[in-house]
Amino acid sequence: MLLKRLTMANGVSGNEDEVRNIIIEEIREHVDEIKTDRLGNVIAIKKGKEGFPRVMLAAHMDEVGMIVRSIDDGGFIRFSLVGGIDERILVSKQVLIGKDRIHGVIGAKAIHLQDKNERNTPLKIKQLYIDIGAKSKEEAEKLVKKGDYVAFDSEFIEFGGNLIKAKALDDRAGCGVLIDLLKEEYDVEIYGVFTVQEEIGLRGAKVAAYNADPSFAIVFEGTLCSDISEVPEHSHITKLGKGPALSLMDSYTIFSKKLNQCIHETAVENNIKIQYRQPSPGGNDAGEIHLTKEGIPCAALSVPCRYIHSPSSIMSLEDFEGCKKTAKLFLKGIKKGEYVCE
Amino acid sequence: MNKINAELLKKLLMTFGPSGNEEKIRKVIKEEIQEFADEIKVDALGNLIAIKKGKGKRIMVASHMDEIGIMVTNVDDDGFLRFTNIGGVSPFMSLGQKVIFDDETIGVIGMEKLDDIKDLKLNKMFIDVGLPSKEEVIKKINVGDVASFYSPFIYQNECIISKTLDDRIGCFVAIEALKKLKDTPNEIYFVFTVQEEVGLRGAKTAAYGINPDLGIAIDVTLTGDTPKAEVMDVGLGKGAAIKVKDRSIIVSPKVKDLITEVAVDNEIPFQYEILDAGGTDSGAIHLSRSGIPSGVISIPCRYVHSPSEMVYISDVINSIKLLIKVLEKEKINI
Repeated sequence: MLLKRLTMANGVSGNEDEVRNIIIEEIREHVDEIKTDRLGNVIAIKKGKEGFPRVMLAAHMDEVGMIVRSIDDGGFIRFSLVGGIDERILVSKQVLIGKDRIHGVIGAKAIHLQDKNERNTPLKIKQLYIDIGAKSKEEAEKLVKKGDYVAFDSEFIEFGGNLIKAKALDDRAGCGVLIDLLKEEYDVEIYGVFTVQEEIGLRGAKVAAYNADPSFAIVFEGTLCSDISEVPEHSHITKLGKGPALSLMDSYTIFSKKLNQCIHETAVENNIKIQYRQPSPGGNDAGEIHLTKEGIPCAALSVPCRYIHSPSSIMSLEDFEGCKKTAKLFLKGIKKGEYVCE
Repeated sequence: MNKINAELLKKLLMTFGPSGNEEKIRKVIKEEIQEFADEIKVDALGNLIAIKKGKGKRIMVASHMDEIGIMVTNVDDDGFLRFTNIGGVSPFMSLGQKVIFDDETIGVIGMEKLDDIKDLKLNKMFIDVGLPSKEEVIKKINVGDVASFYSPFIYQNECIISKTLDDRIGCFVAIEALKKLKDTPNEIYFVFTVQEEVGLRGAKTAAYGINPDLGIAIDVTLTGDTPKAEVMDVGLGKGAAIKVKDRSIIVSPKVKDLITEVAVDNEIPFQYEILDAGGTDSGAIHLSRSGIPSGVISIPCRYVHSPSEMVYISDVINSIKLLIKVLEKEKINI
């Protein structure tokens, strides 16, 4: 399964090679032109017919993770975070370091050895370290270097009613959607971008949009989903299994009402479940894209994912398929002259 | 006595337009200025751009059409609406206020029972539109719908009290300047921007498109003239404020001096403004492309981002005069 390969690949922001290679290999035969820009974005172009708009479709390749800061005398690895990770989730997680995928465990004092105060205080990043089983600094240095990237080590599992558990569903789910979309034929020109460095500030999308200069853009994401029993409904953001979610507003973007309306109608007319993502903090590549040059109308269609930015996020394959299908039908339904800039 | 076109000002202030939903206010402004501009266009984000042709410097005048407001995030079974802020909305300022939706439905903002009012946050608050069930409410209002604050327009003594003086008073100043401006040696782009309240967004794309030689934003500024206010040397009735600095910009000294010189030469009362919090469209304009010298003419305003903002008529009139004289200036050396 392609989604399994995508989530098992490691691509912490700034180090997207593994993911990029899978994507290029997967889409090469289906697009007219493919290139990697100076920041590392993969740009795939499918030519369109005359009089139809150019549409930028974006999904980010990078994931949150860590980076090696130093190795101490005992051979334990100190690290910094890359992107937004809740420090409290780190203890006891398995990780993979560097190109050679060196196994490591984020260690901490066993419960027996903690005093009362320690038990009540979540561990801070400065107290945490990665144990790679090395006996000394010298031994550790043979396996790991400063600046090596660290990714969560987490199996891709299918479980429950058509659900997936994996790491990096934010945003390999979006990459999966975009890859699939590039395998279809359209009248519109498709400017597909797999962006880098979204998790540390929408950086890849900024330069990609500058070059693309499209009529409008759609961002595909794995987004917040907090539909848990104790959470009041007005804080669910999205609900698992209720279809892909269209963004209304987040910290960076007020999304195009026209695009939202058309995409929503497409789903409803084709009996595909769709929901609106409740306005909430957070952001995605649209934040940079919509403010590029003279402005680019944007929509974001996302697969709801519980526990994003952790090693174990959960999504529904039904929402994933719904996202692909809705986008496909919407893009194929665009008529000559629609959305074309003056 | 000072006179302004109160009818137009009232219309501007009472027209709906939370950030991202500027359709109605754009239409009102467009109709008002149509016959005075050589060319009018609307860009991809919705900025309204009115051009007055000329051969000198290209000057972008930015005043934002959008206002703060709220967006509905959920409708519960009993028909209460949960909401989030659009722009800087204080929970304390909102409590007990009324909001108005695009379809003119009015709602009241209430709160859950709290043991300590200090815990008041927007997610503990709701809007009540006086309908008994979700079923009834969603016929009119749904998730994603937006509302602005609702409060009357008051013209009392020598001041205006209203919602949304931030920044419809800036739009008013720009419109009046455009109307009174006869022949100008410069090429002026009057831009009524969108989405300023959520991050100077409209001004960013408009400035890129126009690529002006000089940018001037027209917006309200805070004052320091109320009891135990934070120290700030701006007061109501003391003239147009010429910005020196805020969070978004350090005004180019050349631009500050240019506006000051015009004010002095024309005996227009002015004060300098150094604003600790907040920013305005010039923050986005001055960083566009390879950099655009930019400044701001501010209208002093008390109680900004409340449903009862207050400005003095005399400051508004002086701001209009100052803007016109700057735009009419020949041989601007920037």
